[in-house]
Amino acid sequence: MTDDDRVFRALADPTRRHLLDRLFERDGRTLTELESELEMTRFGVMKHLRVLEEAGLVVTRRRGREKLHYLNPVPIRLIHDRWIDKYRERQVSALADLKSELEDTA
Amino acid sequence: MTTMTEQATQVYAVFIRATPEQVWDAITKPEFTTKYFHGTRIESTFEPGAPYLSIAGDGEQRLIEGEVLESDPPRVLKTTWRALFDPELAEETHSRVTWEIEPQDGGVTKLTVTHDQLEASPKTAASVAGGWEFVLSGLKTVLETGKPLSTEGM
Repeated sequence: MTDDDRVFRALADPTRRHLLDRLFERDGRTLTELESELEMTRFGVMKHLRVLEEAGLVVTRRRGREKLHYLNPVPIRLIHDRWIDKYRERQVSALADLKSELEDTA
Repeated sequence: MTTMTEQATQVYAVFIRATPEQVWDAITKPEFTTKYFHGTRIESTFEPGAPYLSIAGDGEQRLIEGEVLESDPPRVLKTTWRALFDPELAEETHSRVTWEIEPQDGGVTKLTVTHDQLEASPKTAASVAGGWEFVLSGLKTVLETGKPLSTEGM
């Protein structure tokens, strides 16, 4: 599985997207905090966090006895650069071509 | 990311197909930093207590200044950090940046940047959020392809 595969797979699940949104609002949360907002067992939340961590979307840091979870936006930036910028560029250039064509014939 | 509240601790990580030594060079040598760090040259002896400066590529203007707190090549670089490129940010107190380099299986190296001690520097915290992901994706591109990302947005 490539890095991109892992990121897309992690993002394909609504619970995992919800966890990322929670971290986006406030970063550096413990499992207990994240679990309190979900109708799910602790084990289930841990499993989802592990998938996010393997995809690099979540990075953990220890603070004393606590394990804090941080949202890592870099893989999403890489997906954006690889999959979104490229297609948008084509769209923009198509519009530019259309504009010049219309203006030429006017 | 204007909707995000300013985070006093920010963590960014990227997996790079390169050795820890190559990643260390990329963060400590100006010929690399000009290719991904907003065109800036890094300047430091990387000895504890030495200045850590980031200088605009085409001049002498200092954009970031700090002090080396810890340097353990090719594993850890820890510095203080103050942005000078904006007067509002320069008024805020120093924060701290830690670069951690960890070899992984399969010729991949994990680079983690932790920017913390931002509690008293909310404007700096808001400014660097979004900046680091751009820097790290650029660093990955430079090391893996030898070419900088397009300069658009830099």
